[in-house]
Amino acid sequence: MSNDTATATPAEPGTAPEPPPHGLGVSLPSVEARAKTEGTFPYAADLWAEGLLWAAVLRSPHPHARILSVDTTHAREMPGVRAVITHEDVPGTALLGRGRADRPVFASEVVRHHGEAIAAVAADHPDTARMAAAAIIVEYEVLDPVTDPEQAFEAEPLHPDGNLIRHIPLRHGDPDAAGDIVVEGLYRIGRQDPAPIGAEAGLAVPRPDGGVELYVASTDPHTDRDTAAACYGLEPERVKVVVTGVPGATADREDQGFQLPLGLLALRTGCPVKLTATREESFLGHVHRHPTLLRYRHHADAEGRLVKVEAQILLDAGAYADTSSEALAAAVSFACGPYVVPNAFIEGWAVRTNNPPSGHVRGEGAMQVCAAYEAQMDKLAKKLGVDPAELRLRNVLATGDVLPTGQTVTCPAPVAELLQAVQEFPLPALPKDTPEDEWLLPGGPEGAGEPGAVRRGVGYALGMVHMLGAEGTDEVSTATVKVHDGVATVLCAAVETGQGFTTLARQIVQETLGIEEVHVASVDTDQPTAGPSARGRHTWVSGGAVERAAKMVRTQLLQPLAHKFGMSTELLQITDGKITSYDGVLSTTVTEAMDGKELWATAQCRPHPTEPLDGDGQGDAFVGLAFCAIRAVVDVDIELGSVRVVELALAQDVGRVLNPAQLAARIEAGVTQGVGAALTENLRSARGLVRHPDLTGYSLPTALDAPDIRIVKLVEERDVVAPFGAKAVSAVPVVTSPAAIASAVRAATGRPVNRLPIRPQAAVVTATQ
Amino acid sequence: MGQREGAAGLTTHAPQAAQAVTLPASLDEAVAALAAMPAAVPVAGGTDLMAAVNSGQLRPAALVGLGRISEIRGWQYQDGHALLGAGLTHARMGRPDFAALIPALAAAARAAGPPQIRNAGTLGGNIASASPTGDALPVLAALEATLVVAGPGGARREIPVSHLLAGMEMLRGGELIGYVRVPLLHAPQVFLKATGRTGPGRAIASVSLVLDPARRGVRCAVGAIAPMPLRPLDAEQWVASLIDWDNNRAIVPEALAAFGEYVAAACIPDPAPAEDGSVPPLPPAVLHLRRTVAALARRALGRALS
Repeated sequence: MSNDTATATPAEPGTAPEPPPHGLGVSLPSVEARAKTEGTFPYAADLWAEGLLWAAVLRSPHPHARILSVDTTHAREMPGVRAVITHEDVPGTALLGRGRADRPVFASEVVRHHGEAIAAVAADHPDTARMAAAAIIVEYEVLDPVTDPEQAFEAEPLHPDGNLIRHIPLRHGDPDAAGDIVVEGLYRIGRQDPAPIGAEAGLAVPRPDGGVELYVASTDPHTDRDTAAACYGLEPERVKVVVTGVPGATADREDQGFQLPLGLLALRTGCPVKLTATREESFLGHVHRHPTLLRYRHHADAEGRLVKVEAQILLDAGAYADTSSEALAAAVSFACGPYVVPNAFIEGWAVRTNNPPSGHVRGEGAMQVCAAYEAQMDKLAKKLGVDPAELRLRNVLATGDVLPTGQTVTCPAPVAELLQAVQEFPLPALPKDTPEDEWLLPGGPEGAGEPGAVRRGVGYALGMVHMLGAEGTDEVSTATVKVHDGVATVLCAAVETGQGFTTLARQIVQETLGIEEVHVASVDTDQPTAGPSARGRHTWVSGGAVERAAKMVRTQLLQPLAHKFGMSTELLQITDGKITSYDGVLSTTVTEAMDGKELWATAQCRPHPTEPLDGDGQGDAFVGLAFCAIRAVVDVDIELGSVRVVELALAQDVGRVLNPAQLAARIEAGVTQGVGAALTENLRSARGLVRHPDLTGYSLPTALDAPDIRIVKLVEERDVVAPFGAKAVSAVPVVTSPAAIASAVRAATGRPVNRLPIRPQAAVVTATQ
Repeated sequence: MGQREGAAGLTTHAPQAAQAVTLPASLDEAVAALAAMPAAVPVAGGTDLMAAVNSGQLRPAALVGLGRISEIRGWQYQDGHALLGAGLTHARMGRPDFAALIPALAAAARAAGPPQIRNAGTLGGNIASASPTGDALPVLAALEATLVVAGPGGARREIPVSHLLAGMEMLRGGELIGYVRVPLLHAPQVFLKATGRTGPGRAIASVSLVLDPARRGVRCAVGAIAPMPLRPLDAEQWVASLIDWDNNRAIVPEALAAFGEYVAAACIPDPAPAEDGSVPPLPPAVLHLRRTVAALARRALGRALS
């Protein structure tokens, strides 16, 4: 039942039982939460079909090599092996990739990154499949890897498309403008991995008509269906993607690279085929946050008002383009942050290397530049001797100001209000150094922390992201609402990745139709497209489509009544299954009005179009923007360089709160991902070889690393162009928190802190410093 | 209701392959089981072993489970020593009664990872895995602990833990670590670990320091920076001579920092001078590691003497 939690509490004697929460603005609990907590929720890795075969993928041990020969004879001869496929067995398009199709399904002549797929095997046991994959003999001519993105410009092309994926030279204002005060900096951002809690997995089942069904944790099922169909040489109708439970998706799950071999093997063998990636494969295969090198020069006048920003931004895309072009657009467009900058000259490049592949991870592009421009603001404040928060206040953006891309900010931009909210929030008390007081020192409960060596620092950061796809992406979603027998059903191909879309869709229908019981159907590609689960799209476009469809059903339901009563449908309202007129005189039940009929409506939501950035990086490229201010308080052990984030106080521009509990959870998740990016998360590679692709070597934040997260203020200034006026909330805390933590460490240590994650040696204060 | 249904009614059942597992109830039975099946691998907490199995690096033909051997899951006293069962879990060693006996080992056990790992991982497993970052190892090195190894036919032999870690002596086929003999020193002991984070993590460097008032000695071992724990013997002797053992173990404050530097320089020496006599500087990361060891050793001595 959808409202178990809400009705489980016995009512106080003598008082009416609380009505279960419903509609928008309440914390409707997720229906999946219980199954997920109890471990019964079916994820892709849990699927099973009678007579299935197991797949394994052979991956390159080299970051860059020429493939001289692939000998699959031994593998094929192994008992239990049913199929071995290489690039020669791809009947259709052999290239895949989001954004740009430049990644081969299986490497044929060259391997361009450590872990690139070369062949796949289907066998009757997972061990047999892995052993057979290992028995494939590949002769490599090892080539020198290009691992420094700065070398990529001069290096031999790693790919027929060349090493430069995109170059944006943004020119805005007067190039000769100069300020009284100039600060410069060089910043490096590491490679964050999305590290989904469940590794990639899937099941492919061949269909009698020669087609195939893919059961995968896809976040963009229709695009994946089209890519798969093209790869298999089939019509899109004969490939169906069924979305299973998604075990974590803060990025594009690298499901295409898994889906395609899976379906090929199922088509080849005529049997269901299952593939579950090991954690190591997951780290090697999926896309990461772009490691970035940034060079900045800020000019300001004597009062600290920004005059000009010059920057060079270099994104390491890895071997394939993926969504690097979009990431670069965000990085260049938001390179100055939510500040008014009259003159901006930003040059950005995304280049190919033989490093692990980069792609869409929450807050792509915007997170890297935020760390850099906020470091610059700290430098400027230090040089001017002004309080860092005060300096930021003098420069903040507001509605009506112009971005360096020439786009005027038309949406609410309450940046000053956000900053003041976190600034005025009381600071956490300093712990007393007595045995009675529990003081969690940097280094943890059994760590080596010593109170005498601990310094506290406070830092600020302001971040911004764009919502939905940018630069002319057709952002459309379609939803169907069906009402029958007092129960509403939503059909929409928006994937629930844990972001809470299912709950939101139920709330929207409850709000519009007054029907308590709302079901959301599972997603497959027989439904019309809703687009990818990314950049807060579904709250906006899919939520908007659900609302429109629900309103159309409402009109269908009320029109006959309104006609009968001689009033317009707007004067009738539906609550708790009853239809009443505005004056309360006329009343009937929904069941009666339905009269056994089934009502359906399908609607689309398509936000107003955007345009690509032109040759000078100018254009109205974004539909909407979201902002966030964070104040970080950290404790640093200045001898060991260990950092503990004590508290993050956050104020965010959310447009409208649709589900308070879900909203808080999204913010906490985002902030914690940012803590990881700031302190520990960096998938290290040496000469292109990934080191420690496991969860021991790659440190995710634990409960002890997560700070107290104080949501100080949620500014609800509705964005008129967004359905419900709500803004996407998940990405902007990820973007802002690493910069705030770096700023606080800077304040505690006086060190420059120009690299993320912050290494202990960068937070040590020695006698000479 | 209202929930998305599982994909197309596919079940979530997966069959498991059978495997030969023996669960002996005594140490000698376990040794006998290993002797009978030379391909079998002993497993206690499995926190390292099962990770290797799951990743396909290890496919043992059979397992000898040590979890039911109650004689090695506790400890006993033997002429001024504690005889610790190799099956003691980190969680058990972390409790206050154990901490009162061997405080440094208890501290290492509490720092040895998240609760799930501490509940399963054992003292013997920590020694057998001999991972450079094994948290118990520097403590055992500082305590100069000895292993009691059980062999076929009820045989018992003793090996200093440092000999095993250094590869000077090895376990032979069919042998198991039964007990760890640790002296009871009745004096302050410290284990400190730097991880660079607040949550549980592998040590960047760790230092264990124990006082031995009867022999007027200080023993110190540095973990995680080398394949095995390192003992800065000269630094130990030097600082022991500075401690006023009869006067509340007083020491001049400057000696703490000097001890830290001494330990760090002993464990992470300067590079050999070039031919022209100049000493090349340490790389920044190594310099940071040396500073970390110095800070840990200074803090450890300070806490032991406070």
